[in-house]
Amino acid sequence: MDFTFTDDQLTFREAISRFLMTEAAPEMLREIWETDVGRSPDLRHKIAAQGLTALSVPEAEGGLGMDDVAWALMTQELGYYAIPDSLADTAYVATGLLASLATDHPARSSLLPRIAEGTLRLAINHPVNSLVSDAQLAEVLILIDGDDIHVVPRSQVDVQPRTSIDASRRLGRVTWNPTPATCVASGAAGHALQARLLDRGALSVAGQLLGLAQRMLDLSVDYVAQRKQFGKPIGSFQAVKHHLADVARQIEQAKPVLYRAAHGLAQGDSNASVWVSQARLACCEASWIAARKGIQVHGAMGYTWEVDLQMFMKRAWALDASWGDRGFHKTRVSDYLFADGARLGPGHTFEE
Amino acid sequence: MELTYTPKQNAFRAEVRAWLAANLPREPLASYDTREGFEQHRAWEAKLFESRWSMVMWPAELGGRGCDLIEWLIFEEEYYGAGAPMRVNQNGQLLLGPTLMEFGTPEQKQRFLPRMAASLDMWAQGWSEPNAGSDMAAITSKATLDGDHYVINGQKTWSTRATFADWLFGLFRSEPGSSRHHGLSFVMVPLNAPGVSIRPIKALNGKDAFAEVFFDDVRVPVANRIGAEGQGWHVAMATAGFERGLLLRSPARFQYTARKLVELYKANRDSADRDPGLRDAVLDTWMGAEAYALSAYHTVGRLSRGEQIGAESSINKIIWSELDLKMHETAMRILGAGAELLPDADTDTDAAGWLEGFLFAQAGPIYAGTNEIQRNIIAERMLGLPK
Repeated sequence: MDFTFTDDQLTFREAISRFLMTEAAPEMLREIWETDVGRSPDLRHKIAAQGLTALSVPEAEGGLGMDDVAWALMTQELGYYAIPDSLADTAYVATGLLASLATDHPARSSLLPRIAEGTLRLAINHPVNSLVSDAQLAEVLILIDGDDIHVVPRSQVDVQPRTSIDASRRLGRVTWNPTPATCVASGAAGHALQARLLDRGALSVAGQLLGLAQRMLDLSVDYVAQRKQFGKPIGSFQAVKHHLADVARQIEQAKPVLYRAAHGLAQGDSNASVWVSQARLACCEASWIAARKGIQVHGAMGYTWEVDLQMFMKRAWALDASWGDRGFHKTRVSDYLFADGARLGPGHTFEE
Repeated sequence: MELTYTPKQNAFRAEVRAWLAANLPREPLASYDTREGFEQHRAWEAKLFESRWSMVMWPAELGGRGCDLIEWLIFEEEYYGAGAPMRVNQNGQLLLGPTLMEFGTPEQKQRFLPRMAASLDMWAQGWSEPNAGSDMAAITSKATLDGDHYVINGQKTWSTRATFADWLFGLFRSEPGSSRHHGLSFVMVPLNAPGVSIRPIKALNGKDAFAEVFFDDVRVPVANRIGAEGQGWHVAMATAGFERGLLLRSPARFQYTARKLVELYKANRDSADRDPGLRDAVLDTWMGAEAYALSAYHTVGRLSRGEQIGAESSINKIIWSELDLKMHETAMRILGAGAELLPDADTDTDAAGWLEGFLFAQAGPIYAGTNEIQRNIIAERMLGLPK
């Protein structure tokens, strides 16, 4: 029993953080907001050059073979810097699916090496999401039809764009006609792969929300330490302190829930879906409170376009219902909790 | 990250479980806030001690088992999971014990620790005073040096179960004219010493859950001081955080309550579901208890890797106290009109248990440092906000 990260994992996280801190400053985020495409090819190249697109690709296919636990750290950094790029969808969620196909499957052998190189962008349409993130920008889409999973070129689908409050999101409604030629999995196998796809998507969002919460807290701490009223920094007032202490508490409470879910996914534990939903709910709560308290302690400035906080708040609000809204995740946990014979209470926390 | 127990840890769990199954009191003990219940709990502690279960993390020579923190968590899970009695001597064992281990002389350790483990001595704490609550550095009770004795005068309050206890430990102003956290000494006082008088304070439940303690020229040997003269604040603070945050309230007891709450909800589903908020509250608090357990394992792992835990203890304190409150509030709402009924009325004893727990849960956000003070600590020490 050791519920901690290895030194390697922590070093990895620190390296990612240092890289993104330089390459993805809030000013760059604002610039990207103004563009039609909403993505920076330059940032994408740098991300690929750092090997980040290859993290989850198996070693035999040119990647680093890292697991969900590494992504629990990575996605927090992506959230912290509000990276305007659907890196996790391609390099984690879609890659996880492709790496579960037979090693000689053409979809797997043609796509994974390109993901590792950083030359391929994928978008995923799971029924739990009504719109597809980055559908217009992707070269290939992973689409679901009943139990079937299809890998479909962008040219074979129609995308109707929708605009989000988060100006770095690129959403679209996808319509298409399934044909046997693009089907990569069906029946029970397709169903099982979809379940894991959903769990990874939900975990990815959970990690990003937690990173966003931490960023909003840090921005708020900086702001209240320098903003003065009544001759003092407003951060010296207890009413302000307590708002931010509550945010810190929600973040700390959510972290181990996220880590346990990631570990459960990596191990293929039978309860992993329930743990992922718990993580989602804990991280949703942390980011929601970080946004609310954050704007409150920023005062009127928090309600402006000028202050950076808005970019992180909007991402948090936008992601809240992505890969399953709270009702979806609460239902999954309730079904487990209120089932007859559920093994609850002390000593069952790590039981499979 | 390795989230399975070792065979040794599993064997330890099985050993705890088997012992508890064979030895748990058949009838629930009376409340430890009564003389009768206090002595029943003392007898239970003696039984735990005989089989070296009272202080599992203490070394064997002090009656413990030298367990590590993971084994301690396992012990707590089995203990509270079995619905075993509350631990009556925790203020001594978990607050004073570690202080003695760190700052006590060999003689003090030998004299006090084994008796504490066996609950031959029951301990009350003497921190708060009428004008020193959240502002603990405002302590005015004096310990005046007179030869090889201190002469203690003043008053302590909110001393848990002091009415029944044998000893009190606390902070006293030993340097005349000193102020705030300077000039305090950490002293142990026998409660049967001449000049000590104790006035019980009835808590919400009508029982003598705590007391005011008055000192009128009470003579205590200087050998009863822990740490250096005038260093009492430092001694008290050095061990306060971790114990307060985690040891004092391990996750298991809240997971146990969360499980009982799920059972209560399921047994009363038809009436409970008329209020759509109740099911959500049950779900939310169960997840909260699990999150606290996960957080404990994460913390314990980090401590084992040599990391230090600071203001996070304050986060733990807020988490468990608010969680406990919300669970009991939810139970009261599920019980509806039956919730108000006292145990001696002709009612379901389970409902009465929730009421008793509900009353005690009101104190959680107040004792061991109010949650407002904890939020200040988080803001100042963890987030670095200005004083």
